[in-house]
Amino acid sequence: MTIEYVLINIGLQTVLAVGLAVLMDRLTKSTLLRGALLLPWLISNVIAAMLWFWLLDYQIGLVNQVVEFFGGHPTAFFGDERFAIPTIALVNVWRHMGYTALLVFAGLQTIPRYVYEAASIDGSSEWNSFWHITLPLLRPVLAMVLVLTVTGSFQVFDTVAVTTRGGPVNVTRVIQYYIFQKAFGEGQFGYASALSVILFAIVGILAAAQLRLLRAGESDLA
Amino acid sequence: MATVSATASRSRRKRFSVGRFAAWVAMVIALLVTLFPFLWMIRTAFSTTRSLPSSPSSLLPADFTWGAFQRVLGLGSRAQAIAEGGSGASVNFWLYLRNSFVYAGAITLGQVFFCAMAAYAFARLRWPGRNVVFGIFLSALLVPPIFTSLPNFVLMKNLGLINTFPGMILPTFLMTPFAIFFLRQFFLGISREIEESAALDGAGPWRTFFGIVLPMSTAPVTTLCILTFITAWNDYFWPLLVGNNEQTRVLTVALGVFRSQTPAGSPDWAGLMAATLVAALPILVLFIAFARKIIDSIGYSGVK
Repeated sequence: MTIEYVLINIGLQTVLAVGLAVLMDRLTKSTLLRGALLLPWLISNVIAAMLWFWLLDYQIGLVNQVVEFFGGHPTAFFGDERFAIPTIALVNVWRHMGYTALLVFAGLQTIPRYVYEAASIDGSSEWNSFWHITLPLLRPVLAMVLVLTVTGSFQVFDTVAVTTRGGPVNVTRVIQYYIFQKAFGEGQFGYASALSVILFAIVGILAAAQLRLLRAGESDLA
Repeated sequence: MATVSATASRSRRKRFSVGRFAAWVAMVIALLVTLFPFLWMIRTAFSTTRSLPSSPSSLLPADFTWGAFQRVLGLGSRAQAIAEGGSGASVNFWLYLRNSFVYAGAITLGQVFFCAMAAYAFARLRWPGRNVVFGIFLSALLVPPIFTSLPNFVLMKNLGLINTFPGMILPTFLMTPFAIFFLRQFFLGISREIEESAALDGAGPWRTFFGIVLPMSTAPVTTLCILTFITAWNDYFWPLLVGNNEQTRVLTVALGVFRSQTPAGSPDWAGLMAATLVAALPILVLFIAFARKIIDSIGYSGVK
């Protein structure tokens, strides 16, 4: 359950954030725009969860109105076993996208312009420049962003606690919510502590593996 | 030579314009997705819950009213609240608002004060094992909060501090690795000569720190204050564990309770949205006032 959430969350969030960051870098340096994109990150998880709980309401939520308008069937986003986890993941993508994009954007600023100029003189298209220059040079930043989002997404709790509370049929019982239930719902502190040690180990190993694989410490910008 | 480069740049500009247009479209869509939910929140907050089902997709409030806000802030009468589709249950929002300010304010003050001193020690004072200790601090950045909340909870319980402000504030009152890391980066950048000349004039480490280094660092210290305040304001998990009774409940926890109290079939959406809006307002005001600082800090703290 947690794994599914983590995969959706990270995949989408990273791709969208890199896309947004590149757009920001190419189009405008407007602080207003960056501020607007950052807004969801500033409000609390609880508020974001509540807001989307309303937008995605089965009966009169706006999203289902739009779905019906285009001839679809309304979907119980939080209530359906198939959709609950992707929905929660998307809500969190919405909240963190701007923040991650700003991190990547800051990374983009460290790539010197002359690299692109040289590439375009050699006839490289925008697209090629992105794949062969931007992404490789961005690697240290991306590594850090990935580590942050992975450790962060294993700890999803607030959204679940406010909206689905582990339901329907336990499909959204993510690890931290399970730990919370064990400790405070059933009073099994020992069991819950053991779980959190395991969670810590998993996150630690993942973070170390990512940093190693992505060679986060070294930059290709000599 | 000149003409060649001129045509080259012109053709490039042309090719760009289609791409640029597409890029702007993508950007506008991203902005819409980001901002529209907020608009919807405002729109709902000014509606009456009763009339929401009949006009679920109009952009303007359904049956414009301040009623939801009055309901949230405990100003309206019970009968009026029920007429507009509220639950009639009372929530003590002012108290929660005060609690949130106490909680976030105390954490901000304590954390920034102690972390500034610690960060200075890591940046300037020489003592054996400094780098090892700092390394341990840094790795603590990756420790999931849940890992420390259980032992912390047991500790607070044994100290008898459950459902008290000290119990809620203590774990993050003294320090967080992030705050120390953030300030240390800045302190490292202050030129040593200034501190050395202060030392020559007979200022001790305390005097140098409070008289010279801190005043020079107002910008990063303010930024850290804002960031800490926002984080503490948005905290949910820890206050839920330790401060879940009426007297110490903060806004985020209260919102969760408010949400679970509303009947499952027909929640008081207008009231909920008005409540979330009120809860988000202080952060929005802070953000509007310090937008540039906050935005710049993200690049700074993230990449370094």
